[in-house]
Amino acid sequence: MKLKSLKTPLLAIAAVATLSACGEEQAAGGIEPKKMADALHAVMEADRTVYTKYIVARLANKEKVIKASEHWEDEKALVLPAQMFRMGSEMVAEGNNAFSYGLISEWPINSQNAAKTDAEREGLEFIEANPSEVFYTEETLGGKKYFTALYPDVGVVDACITCHNEHKDSPKTDFEIGDVMGGVVIRIPL
Amino acid sequence: MRKTKNITLWGAWLLMSFALAGYLAYGLWGEDDVDELYLPDVGSHGHYQIELACNACHGDGFEDENAVQKMCTDCHGDELKLANDSHPVKKFNDPRNADQLEILDARYCVTCHVEHVPERTRVMGVTLADDFCVLCHEEVGEERASHKDLSFDGCSAAGCHNYHDNRALYEDFLVKHADAEEVAAEPLLPMRDYQRVYLQQGKTFAEALSAEDMDGERNESDLAIVASWSASAHAVAGVNCSGCHQSPWQDKPTMAVCDECHKGEMEGFVAGRHGMRVAQKLSEMRPLDARQPMKSDSHDTSLNCGSCHEVHRVDTRYAAVEACQGCHDDEHSNNYQQSLHFQLWQQALSGSAEANSAVSCASCHLPRIEMESHGESLIRVQHNQNANLRPNEKMIREVCMECHSLSFSIDALADEALLKNNFSGKPRQHVESVEWATRRVKDDAKKD
Repeated sequence: MKLKSLKTPLLAIAAVATLSACGEEQAAGGIEPKKMADALHAVMEADRTVYTKYIVARLANKEKVIKASEHWEDEKALVLPAQMFRMGSEMVAEGNNAFSYGLISEWPINSQNAAKTDAEREGLEFIEANPSEVFYTEETLGGKKYFTALYPDVGVVDACITCHNEHKDSPKTDFEIGDVMGGVVIRIPL
Repeated sequence: MRKTKNITLWGAWLLMSFALAGYLAYGLWGEDDVDELYLPDVGSHGHYQIELACNACHGDGFEDENAVQKMCTDCHGDELKLANDSHPVKKFNDPRNADQLEILDARYCVTCHVEHVPERTRVMGVTLADDFCVLCHEEVGEERASHKDLSFDGCSAAGCHNYHDNRALYEDFLVKHADAEEVAAEPLLPMRDYQRVYLQQGKTFAEALSAEDMDGERNESDLAIVASWSASAHAVAGVNCSGCHQSPWQDKPTMAVCDECHKGEMEGFVAGRHGMRVAQKLSEMRPLDARQPMKSDSHDTSLNCGSCHEVHRVDTRYAAVEACQGCHDDEHSNNYQQSLHFQLWQQALSGSAEANSAVSCASCHLPRIEMESHGESLIRVQHNQNANLRPNEKMIREVCMECHSLSFSIDALADEALLKNNFSGKPRQHVESVEWATRRVKDDAKKD
């Protein structure tokens, strides 16, 4: 019994010591959340731009050899760039809790992608007013603290603009190339 | 004197305690299923058959909700992926949904499907109130004029939406298939095409066998068996007696033998109501233990491959109607023979109509559908009879729309009376979802 009663505080001390060590390590040389978010975004943005310009815009819009469709399975078509992005974020969310990301907008086609948290609302306002800047903040969601970054998401090709302007669920129908259409939100638990 | 009495009482108490402990231990770890005494209450209609295999849902250690979730996913995960689940767990892992999860934690199946609570278990094993959609979609009335005054308890009950599977109900699908005729000009079902794929792969068929070729030990003693086997698909495919009875000879080959050649069929069988007990290593299901009405003379039948396929005839026509009717005694089953579908079945049997125009019990409940096998797409029989009944709108794309329009199919499947009379007549109510969807597209076009 004595041994058992000692075990719990000992484990707790060990856990705190380990956590403290991790904290020191991060402070000493680990990746800062902002740098990690920026790096993640750079990859996301590059991959999606490549898919949008060199796959969808080229094959569906320019060469017209295949369609791109929201219902890509039923239509035997390419997934839309925004869907490709969301599918990736959902796949990450299946087995990883080191970060999460997604697309949000003031004019979402799916209303579930409207701003949900105060940070998202504030961030969308910020990037709309400052299209070349990134919004960084911290927020607490479900009792956990997160570093949250919101990157402006700009319409880069005609396909983005046309699809959003013509979609029956789109609240905005006058997007132009270069407009901030929404934002990429990245969260890293602290 | 008093001391002796005390000893006797203590002795009796100890004896009773040991007897009770022994009884309970045997109930838990004995040779048979776990004793019902351990059930908190009866399971839902989906799980009652395996409710005494506690580990099937609780895992080995009765751990936390994540362990239970894993067990749910182990059995239902693939099916949900195939259904293009509208609310997959991965959508809710994002921390931005934290507030919503406080209201309804959609990351866990048990949030909506609690077990052992029969008093509040309803259709599809859902244990939430009927209007649960309102918890996240309160604003839908503002977004869709057609939904403005609708009550939230009708979202799924009216035949318009499902929580998981909306493959036949999503808006653009409704629009795309809005104009079809109630019955297609050529109402034909797909046929199995394993032979085509087999030949495409450059394989050759074994030579068909006849009675003279039989290599069984006892084939001379039973002429009926010889006749059945000689005319069977097994004989045509070159499967001799020893193919199933093995060597050394087994009088009654088990399903493991069928599984050696019919893996896909077996996977379906053990995933459905007929074989789910086998999947949990419980005794085979008997009609006696079913919650649906079953014919009394079938009660003690054990359900295995042979119950429907008659081991020596393996006649798929028998398996498609007579086998079902041998056990099922509900209104829908009993009214089949008065239905137009049955007339089509009879016409095909008599040779006056094409085989693929026939509609048997199996055409709808164990349908021939496109399935993936070894990277190939094949038309095979889905042997999980429940795969397209959870909920019944799953049947629309796989089965109904082969012959009927989408709107007609939605109406028919939402009409309780029509389900009971086995589709004799037309739907007496109309689900307006197709009109609403097309109207919205037209209104949107007018705006431009």
